[in-house]
Amino acid sequence: MHIEKIINPLLTLVLAPLLFGIINRTKAVFAGRTGQPLLQSYYDIWKLFCKGAVYSKTTSWIFRLGPIVGFAVVVAAATLMPLGGLPAIVAFDGDFILFAYLFGLMRFFTVLTALDTGSSFEGMGASREVMFSALAEPAFLVGLAAISKQTHSLSLTGMLAGPDTALWSQIGPALLLVAFSVFIVFLAENSRMPVDDPNTHLELTMIHEVMVLDNSGPDLGFITYAATIKMWLLGTVLVGILVPHNGNVWIDISTAVGAIFMLAVLVGVVESSMARLKLLHVPQFLLIANALSILALILVLR
Amino acid sequence: MIFMTNLVDTVIIFLILTNLMLLGSSRLRTCILVVAIQGILLGILAILLEDGSLGIHLILLSAAIFCLKGIIFPFLLIRTLRDLNVQHEVEPFVGYGTSLVLSPLVLVVCIWLGSQLSLPIGAASSLVVPVAFFTITCGLFLIVSRKKALTQVLGYLVLENGIYVFGASIATIQPVLVELGILLDAFVAVFVMGIAIYHINREFDHTDVDRLNKLKG
Amino acid sequence: MSLFIWGLIIIFAGGLASLISGRRSGLACVFGALGAVAGSIAAVIPAFKVLLHGITESFRLNWSIPFGSFFVQVDPLSAVFLIPILGLSAIAAIYGVGYLWAYRGKKNLGVAWFFYDLLLLGMVLVVAAKNGILFLLAWELMSLAPFFLIIFDDEKEKARDAGWTYLVATHIGMVFLLIFFLILGGQNGSMDFDKIGVIDGLTASFLFVLAIVGFGTKAGFMPLHVWLPEAHPAAPSHASAVMSGVMIKIGIYGLIRAMTFLGHPPIWWAWILIGIGASSGVVGVLFALAQHDLKRLLAYHSVENIGIITLGLGIGVLGISTGSPTLAVFGFAGCFFHIINHAIFKGLLFLGAGAVLHGSGTLEIDHLGGLIKRMPWTAVTFLTGAIAISGLPPLNGFASEFLIYLGVFKDGMSHGLVNIIPVLGVIGGLALIGGLAAACFTKAFGIVFLGQPRSKHSQQAHEVNFAMLLPMVTLAILCVLMGVFSPFIIRVFRAAISNVTLLPQEVVQGQLNAGSSILSNVVIVSVLLVALICGLALLRKWLLSGRSVEQIETWGCGYACPTARMQYTASSFAQPLVALFRLFLQTDSRDLPPKGIFPDRAFLKTDTADTSSKYLYQPLFKWIGFMLSKLQWIQHGRLQLYVLYIALTLLMLLIWKAL
Repeated sequence: MHIEKIINPLLTLVLAPLLFGIINRTKAVFAGRTGQPLLQSYYDIWKLFCKGAVYSKTTSWIFRLGPIVGFAVVVAAATLMPLGGLPAIVAFDGDFILFAYLFGLMRFFTVLTALDTGSSFEGMGASREVMFSALAEPAFLVGLAAISKQTHSLSLTGMLAGPDTALWSQIGPALLLVAFSVFIVFLAENSRMPVDDPNTHLELTMIHEVMVLDNSGPDLGFITYAATIKMWLLGTVLVGILVPHNGNVWIDISTAVGAIFMLAVLVGVVESSMARLKLLHVPQFLLIANALSILALILVLR
Repeated sequence: MIFMTNLVDTVIIFLILTNLMLLGSSRLRTCILVVAIQGILLGILAILLEDGSLGIHLILLSAAIFCLKGIIFPFLLIRTLRDLNVQHEVEPFVGYGTSLVLSPLVLVVCIWLGSQLSLPIGAASSLVVPVAFFTITCGLFLIVSRKKALTQVLGYLVLENGIYVFGASIATIQPVLVELGILLDAFVAVFVMGIAIYHINREFDHTDVDRLNKLKG
Repeated sequence: MSLFIWGLIIIFAGGLASLISGRRSGLACVFGALGAVAGSIAAVIPAFKVLLHGITESFRLNWSIPFGSFFVQVDPLSAVFLIPILGLSAIAAIYGVGYLWAYRGKKNLGVAWFFYDLLLLGMVLVVAAKNGILFLLAWELMSLAPFFLIIFDDEKEKARDAGWTYLVATHIGMVFLLIFFLILGGQNGSMDFDKIGVIDGLTASFLFVLAIVGFGTKAGFMPLHVWLPEAHPAAPSHASAVMSGVMIKIGIYGLIRAMTFLGHPPIWWAWILIGIGASSGVVGVLFALAQHDLKRLLAYHSVENIGIITLGLGIGVLGISTGSPTLAVFGFAGCFFHIINHAIFKGLLFLGAGAVLHGSGTLEIDHLGGLIKRMPWTAVTFLTGAIAISGLPPLNGFASEFLIYLGVFKDGMSHGLVNIIPVLGVIGGLALIGGLAAACFTKAFGIVFLGQPRSKHSQQAHEVNFAMLLPMVTLAILCVLMGVFSPFIIRVFRAAISNVTLLPQEVVQGQLNAGSSILSNVVIVSVLLVALICGLALLRKWLLSGRSVEQIETWGCGYACPTARMQYTASSFAQPLVALFRLFLQTDSRDLPPKGIFPDRAFLKTDTADTSSKYLYQPLFKWIGFMLSKLQWIQHGRLQLYVLYIALTLLMLLIWKAL
């Protein structure tokens, strides 16, 4: 029993950087290139951890604290997250609220780190980031409320166990709506198209990438690693909503991990086929997620 | 039977989603395509809501709805769109974001209304009547809050769709006359409005209904 | 109980002694603060005893006022409110000594301390009063005393205006309260709370509405909040902290106490409370986002937190109304816990704002910056307050919001579609409020303390003295402790919740135990988080040892001469959100864009007036003024006609009595 609980976070820590590799490889295939190696993210993170650091004179201890808090938060959040059939290390009623607010803490410190540098670029990214997250939070929590009512469980371990195939025809539509809404939140929180372009650092597209412009060395390593783990965790939520469970632990885990990889491919496809939304339209995009979550809740409650 | 109920449910939910897309989208071409999808869904719904046997009447009717609402009207409207050379809706009276967030709440009100009225509903899903009201409301909303005449035509079509869904859910025997009457109504409306739009555009070089107010003395 | 009465007497004596000391500032400060602190310590001990043992202590003295009696009682509900009142006032008094020291010789500090102690006395009496007349008298005392504190800086016109706004608002509320108590007393012929009994039916609903308006004016419900953002910034910072941290909660106390007289609540009461809570919360934080002045921003945040407290209260009432113990207990537990937590972190933030004003001379956010290097302790405590008020784990703000969420998730969704209202109101509302509050406080902390100083004020800022730092550090430590010990603290509310919801104590205990065990899990994860942070910091230190660590300028994209004014400003930071919600905010902006290759002048000014004030109250008052001016013919100035008026009235009274 105890060994099984450790597998979950271990898989998260080990496999998360692979997601960025899969997304980049998918985009390369679309563009007709060979693209980076799948393990590129691992090499990048290792390289960053081996470097020295350069700090800005304007910054204070907040700047040095931010990346550490971000990484600590995602590891703490990983202890709350079930995968496949495996329960989370820590599971209790209402842990999904803690999950959402832990990411809020991470965002708080990332924004403060950005403002600490006294640069307009970071300030711009920070201001957009807080707006988008303020709109994405309600969609996420209302969607999880719908799932919680469906699965009659108040803990992530119960909610993300995957739907019963027998009940699929009955509860399918609501689940699909929530899944779509959570996908939009996923794209927004991980700064993927059509919300943000992870490739450029230009003024027009930057939200996430620009906030970490002045970080370097191990700090940047922590930030990059934390970003991959955040993507893995949010992907687990999405996969847990949609993928039905089987019963056999090993099949469930492999299905879940495979589903997360498929999600990464889907993100790559979306990134290659859509342009970034006009910045003024991104709130509308997030409001769609909100409307879908509310709709799912209506369907579940009646 | 349960399978049918769930299929009806799924189609109804797609219908709700098309309404949401109409409220939230500013590109006119997208709106026309969404109304086309609504027409197709209505065709499917015509078959699903019939709890008797699948007669030839029904299949013909469904095919007629499919063609008229799903293919011909949108085609005519896209042609009008091309002639008018417009791409986007101008800023409406009620913003897109606001209408998007308000619409699920309107749906709640419609569900409550549907539960209050005691109607002779068949074995179909309990969502059909509320969604009919919701579609009617969305159609009216589009007519009232948007400025371009084309969107108002679309609103009228959506209104007709909603009335059709309502009629189909409570009419146990389908009097074909009623159905054809509704369809003819819509057909004439598009024809008339299409000609009207063409003439308005020719006369004033635009179809902004707001500016037509200047005609008052 | 005698200890409690002694506490009250000490507070009053301290204030009086301070008034007598008058212009001898040192003596005035000592007497005033000592009275407040000693009196608070004396009075808080009975409060703790009552809360922990669930008993009630009373003291009764008969008065010659008809229907009145000096009936003072500390029951568990009163005790829950007494603890933050006394605690925060004592801590703020110590801060006040340091803060007002800068005014010595320039102003009469004795008067300031006298009214501060009167305010404290008034608040304690209101919460402990169990007789309608005593309640109203204490309420008036509590409402008048801050007026003199608000106009402390009376050479500034803004402060004078704020004082008038406050006075008018508080007395409008008072009218509703008078009617409320008149009707209440008329029911059983007695104004003593233990003799009033339970009221039902249409009278109860009417009384409920009166209570919402009357107590809501003090609490700061939307749209009755318009005095808050004017009055709180004008007062000296230790008074603002007390006003924002505890005085507005007295409104909530009044509402809860009123509901204990009103029998079983119908469900629409809960819906109204949830509606008020959600709207105050969201609109409050939106206005906070748009402010330029640090204290005004914090004042609007108080409106938002009152919204959260009301959400908890609404859920609690929903629980009583639908007969769900889970909803009732978790709702009230969240409400009470947030009251105490908000007192702590709002007090902390206002004290911090006062420190910023003291250290740099300005509260204009866009003129500050880089204060973290010049005022390190203030920065740390302000950051703690900011994290707490945004409701982020592991601090106490998260624990209380968590309880409210839990209540709704556990039992709020089981009664069909009609429950969409509370569910959406609470979950959607709290989530949106949390996100917007985080946006607002990253702006407040980030622009004020981080980056480079944007003006001479902040370049020359200095850290504040020990008397001001000690209270802030104490409150910051309390934030952390309340978060860590939250599982134990919520058990303490058992008696109070049982009193209000009329549920048996065992049921309440059971629910609270469930909440406790869930909160302990949260604490475990929080501890894990802090351990990870420490571990990672050590790891990074080890990684960087022996490698090069340099310091250079921030990357400026090749600009040759960046200045501190080129940094992102607070208005720019909040602009996307302010623009998105312009329907509510109606921000007015004036600008002069730069022209030509070497522009000489350019400016942009944004101003967000309170929409309730601008579109509701000002037109209303103008119309009332206009209508009343029609009656001006009565005031003609002729003495004989005035005497005639009096004679006519007497005549009519005699005729009426005779009939």
